[in-house]
Amino acid sequence: MSAGALDRAGAGRFALPLPLKITFGLLVLLAAAGAVLLPQNAALLLGGLVAAVLVAFGLGRAAGISDRWLVIAIPMLWLFVFFLVPFLVLGRISLSEAMIARPPYSPLFEQGADGWEYAGSFGNYQFLAEDPLYASAYISSIRIAATSTLLALLIGYPLAYFIARSPEPRRSILLLLVILPFWTSFLLRVYAWIGLLRRDGVINGFLMWTGIIDQPLVMLQTDFAVYLGIVYTYLPFMILPLYANLVKLDGALLEAASDLGASPILTFFTVTLPLSLPGIIAGSMLVFIPAIGEFVIPALLGGPDTLMIGRVLWDEFFSARDWPVASAVAIVMLFLVVVPIMWLQSVQNRQEGAQ
Amino acid sequence: MSSQAQPAVAADLRPWTDPDATPFISVKGVSKRFGTFTAVSDVSLDIYRGEVFCLLGGSGCGKTTLLRMLAGFESPTEGKILIDGKDMANVPADRRPTNMMFQSYALFPHMSVEKNVAYGLLREGKSKPEAMDRVAQMLKLVKLEPYAKRKPHQLSGGQRQRVALARALVKQPKVLLLDEPLGALDKKLREETQFELIRIQETLGVTFIVVTHDQEEAMTLATRIGVMTEGEIRQIGEPREIYESPNSRFVADFIGSVNLFEGTVASLNGAQAVVDTADLGPVTTTAPEGVSVGQTVTLAIRPERFALTRAAPAEGTPNTCRAMVRDMGYGGHISSYRLKLGNGRIVSATQSNRLRDEDPIMWDEEISITFPPPVVRVLTR
Repeated sequence: MSAGALDRAGAGRFALPLPLKITFGLLVLLAAAGAVLLPQNAALLLGGLVAAVLVAFGLGRAAGISDRWLVIAIPMLWLFVFFLVPFLVLGRISLSEAMIARPPYSPLFEQGADGWEYAGSFGNYQFLAEDPLYASAYISSIRIAATSTLLALLIGYPLAYFIARSPEPRRSILLLLVILPFWTSFLLRVYAWIGLLRRDGVINGFLMWTGIIDQPLVMLQTDFAVYLGIVYTYLPFMILPLYANLVKLDGALLEAASDLGASPILTFFTVTLPLSLPGIIAGSMLVFIPAIGEFVIPALLGGPDTLMIGRVLWDEFFSARDWPVASAVAIVMLFLVVVPIMWLQSVQNRQEGAQ
Repeated sequence: MSSQAQPAVAADLRPWTDPDATPFISVKGVSKRFGTFTAVSDVSLDIYRGEVFCLLGGSGCGKTTLLRMLAGFESPTEGKILIDGKDMANVPADRRPTNMMFQSYALFPHMSVEKNVAYGLLREGKSKPEAMDRVAQMLKLVKLEPYAKRKPHQLSGGQRQRVALARALVKQPKVLLLDEPLGALDKKLREETQFELIRIQETLGVTFIVVTHDQEEAMTLATRIGVMTEGEIRQIGEPREIYESPNSRFVADFIGSVNLFEGTVASLNGAQAVVDTADLGPVTTTAPEGVSVGQTVTLAIRPERFALTRAAPAEGTPNTCRAMVRDMGYGGHISSYRLKLGNGRIVSATQSNRLRDEDPIMWDEEISITFPPPVVRVLTR
């Protein structure tokens, strides 16, 4: 081995690879920016995080763990702290009983006659199973979320297709228009719908003025308004993954189908649609998951009989102050969402494997 | 494989030489403009049943656009296309009696080989068992039976090419359009596949229209070649005709290599002309019709048409001159020479190594080159 090769090998051992250097640089920059711009507490939090990451890297290197694992470890740590820990806390509360105390639930272990005793129970889950309110709230949530997802798909697919087939310079403008509503607060946009849908709102006013109707339509506080709100809010989440998929579609495949005698409609159903399945699944997940737990839209646009699990949850937490039941509701909801996601994910993986 | 690829159809049946024959495909004054850019400009050509017609040209010459207009993916800005006597103007791609083999193959990635091939048959309303029967036959023809259940991404480039061919042929189209059919294959596979294509074409009797930039491929496959540049067809002819009797400097230069000499017609005696050139002196040749004394013309001589000898040819032999060997390259079957003429002009010449075995001509020798009148082409364009 030549001296040069030795040098290089030596340098490789102690020097950081370029992506890591960039990561470090960005983190330090972020920390500096945070310290200047953010209020004190947030700056401390950010500084702490950056320090933790740097220390983790240092320790990791010392322990001989590869950098790749450390890079993965950062998001894993994030998920652990902000997802798994709260989930475990919820799970723990759901096993308690409500009581007037601070915090408002019973401890999991009680001091009994012979030491500490486990005092948790699945009583809350049993309660959920017995009271038909919860079952119907879950079913209604799933129904509303599924219907909204389907509607978003039916509206979003043609839009995404149109954008993907537009000439390239126009695409970015159209995509910008899709994302544009995000510049306004979500809450404001939902409130704006109240102004449009109200009995004396803009839509009714216009329809009465043109003489199409002579009685105002009841639109606000109906399921219709909830569907409208959900589809309107989450449509971009449907369009973007569909667009990303459809824009990759090879035009030669469509020409080949037409060359082999398929009409445009048949071409769509035999080539375009099956090839865009991963996009459909991704978009549907992005709409369905937030829609199922949606609270704001049914609360603002829905009527008294619009039953969604998000509202039930809110009522249990804040009106009934029954944290254990609320936690159980949340945990069950999580499973209701996670199981279909995992199924879809596996379908998607198989799809992509095939391509 | 090569012995059974006797081009019986190509040699014996030459309908384009018969003025009364009805063309199968007629392209009449077709132009295609994209905005201000003219991709195809006033192209007219007739193609006969059972032909393998090659559109040959560099990239951007309009050959693919012309093919796409035949397939129905583009519509002509001007002119019309007739296939089997029927105007194709209002016939969409999915109703044309043509099938296309795409340069990228465009195989459906979500379907198995068998489903790819069956796709066209099912669209035609064939029943599933009937379609599968045809598919099996077709896969046998292209030797892909063991791969029927594979997805395209599990195949090699050559196998994908054959799936694309099977898919395009399974509907028994009247015309098969092939866009650079062998472009993605390596040289060895390409040569094999050329003969394979001819075998299949002859088995099925389908008319092939092939777009290619590869002149060797065009020469091997074609019954006739249309040489295209800048959206125009410059010459249509059999491979031999295109090579031996190019009609212009462009075609002569584009196909193979050639030595071009400028000259002026000094005298005309019937069809026999003497052209004065600075490089070769007076050259006796056969003039095409319409050439007049004093006209500036170009003489084209293919490198392999020069006869190279050490001894000067007999007194009175026309078209001969002395040259120095500057460079020599051994190319296996031939040797190529760069020869310097008296006035310093360099010409290229080749000699078959069968002739060159004993006592070969080497560097820095002074030799005679002879180019009998029939091998000199007079080009006026």
